[in-house]
Amino acid sequence: MELFSNLAMGFSVAGSLANLAFCLIGVLLGTLIGVLPGIGATATIAMLLPITFQLEPVSSLIMLAGIYYGAQYGGSTTAILINMPGESSSAVTAIDGYQMARKGRAGTALAVAALGSFFAGTVSTFLVAIFAPPLTAIALKFGAAEYFSLMVLGLVMSVALAHGSVLKALAMVVLGLLLGMVGTDIYTGTPRFTMGITQYADGLNFVALAVGVFGIAEILRNLEDETDREVMTKNINRLLPTRDELRQMIGPVLRGTGVGSVLGILPGGGAILASFASYTVEKKLSKNPREFGQGALAGVAGPESANNAGAQTSFIPLLTLGIPANPVMALMIGAMIIQGIVPGPNVVSEQPELFWGIIASMWIGNLMLVVLNLPLIGLWVKLLTVPYFVLFPIIMAMCSIGVYSVASNTFDLYAVAFFGLLGYLMSKLRCEPAPLLLGFVLGPLLEENLRRAMILSRGDASTFVTRPISALLLLMALGVLVLVFLPQIRKRRDEVFTESDA
Amino acid sequence: MSTKPKDSTDLAAGLLLIAAAAFFGWQTMGLPIGTSLRMGPGYFPMVLSIILFVLGVIITLKSFGREGEAFGRIAWRGILFILPAPIFFGLTVRGLGFVPALFFTTLIASQASIRMKPLHALVLAVAVTILSTLIFSYGLGLPFRRFGPWVQF
Repeated sequence: MELFSNLAMGFSVAGSLANLAFCLIGVLLGTLIGVLPGIGATATIAMLLPITFQLEPVSSLIMLAGIYYGAQYGGSTTAILINMPGESSSAVTAIDGYQMARKGRAGTALAVAALGSFFAGTVSTFLVAIFAPPLTAIALKFGAAEYFSLMVLGLVMSVALAHGSVLKALAMVVLGLLLGMVGTDIYTGTPRFTMGITQYADGLNFVALAVGVFGIAEILRNLEDETDREVMTKNINRLLPTRDELRQMIGPVLRGTGVGSVLGILPGGGAILASFASYTVEKKLSKNPREFGQGALAGVAGPESANNAGAQTSFIPLLTLGIPANPVMALMIGAMIIQGIVPGPNVVSEQPELFWGIIASMWIGNLMLVVLNLPLIGLWVKLLTVPYFVLFPIIMAMCSIGVYSVASNTFDLYAVAFFGLLGYLMSKLRCEPAPLLLGFVLGPLLEENLRRAMILSRGDASTFVTRPISALLLLMALGVLVLVFLPQIRKRRDEVFTESDA
Repeated sequence: MSTKPKDSTDLAAGLLLIAAAAFFGWQTMGLPIGTSLRMGPGYFPMVLSIILFVLGVIITLKSFGREGEAFGRIAWRGILFILPAPIFFGLTVRGLGFVPALFFTTLIASQASIRMKPLHALVLAVAVTILSTLIFSYGLGLPFRRFGPWVQF
């Protein structure tokens, strides 16, 4: 079996002492950040990105991946203990998890979340290993027109899955695309939108944009209202679930894994959607749906499995097509480019060790999380009591160092301040930052493929609809757009997001 | 103010988007547009600016005739101290060097909270500076000058 020999190679790469250590550091840092409310995974990865540049490409990506799923775990811990999801994808966990904690079953809720996530992580790691290679084979046949259409689909999906107004999300994508144009035009060398500042000739630094729009805007939002948080630390009961509770969680975990794996592949923030979809499914299937909202075990087990499965399978579009499914994946692309790896279907054939190493490290990382998280719960809980006004000056210092160390360009630091203000303004005006970041990352790629496709077709724009795969992708994008503008769907979508905000 | 209901959040968002579209469109004026066969550097940005402008107009128009949500509190103190922190770091990291620049950056940022006491801020800034210098400068070996030309005697 080729799959197993490939996986064996992956495990030998990821199992080296150094890579195990980086995976561990990543997972720990990720959990730490996930536990601390007020700083999300995107901002963390953006900040820690520069640190990983000194490492080997494999090690650096393993560590970044570790941070990502560590943050997912950490986010569920705060969701359960203080009803404050550290990550948006664990918003649903907070509903029933916090109620369980209030009833003195915090330990059970934490254990169920951890075990469910581990199971989902194991299954979806295999899914990535099984489905990624055949998809790369398809992707290798993609020409410029197909890439263009695929990116259009990705951007449209990110609009559909964003909170609030569809129009504003669309505008954010376009604004992101325009910001991505800043810098030197690749074909002609003409500087664009640089206002004569030569330091921006290489384009705006995307670490600066991500840190500003996600990290600094988040800090400013938290500073609006400085109140104390209440932590459920006293009554954490025994951690290991009883046999009965284990039996209860099997169904939700299996369904959550399925739902999450499918939705995670969708571009635009699959993990959040996955956890909500799973919650709805469990509520529908439950014999006593009234239990939901009052501390239902299934309401924790299902969504937690789903969001972890989704987090994992969102690596599929990244590894096969080089297209990011969410802002975190956009940062991973940035990391790969800086390491000199061109993301896309060639990674699997040209750098098999990198490809399979990352996949194997996902499973190792998940195992580490289960082993670490349960015994270390006490430590994470203590961290929750660190007051916010101590945290954010530290975060600001790390942001400054991180952004500066990317290129030693002081103008990147001015850009951080600008994007921080922009991000805060956007949040005040209820515009979502995720479509903006995706647009920013995909902008240059989109333009390059558009121009190349037009040259290849001798200026005939119908190339996008006469090539079958491209036409199909564009049709799907159009379908999604039509759907989100339909009144019924719009109403339903509003309900979904209001409920997940609760 | 006017008595007609309007969603001031969307109104502001729409007007700002129009302004952004106008800015990018104006900047595109000087760039060669090219043809659809050989697109110039101005082609795609021009198309995007137009789309952004249209979206901005629609959002602005739709904001009239319905009640919107309030802006909520604005973190003025946060804006005043958080945003200058990275700018200060950028202005001084070459001149003062990594250690003093980081110390003052942390100190400035810490003033954003009303709950931070001066002594605590000082202790925190010293701790962050020492730890960061150890980790980033000595540990990871990032090529920063610890003390710059402004503080050389």
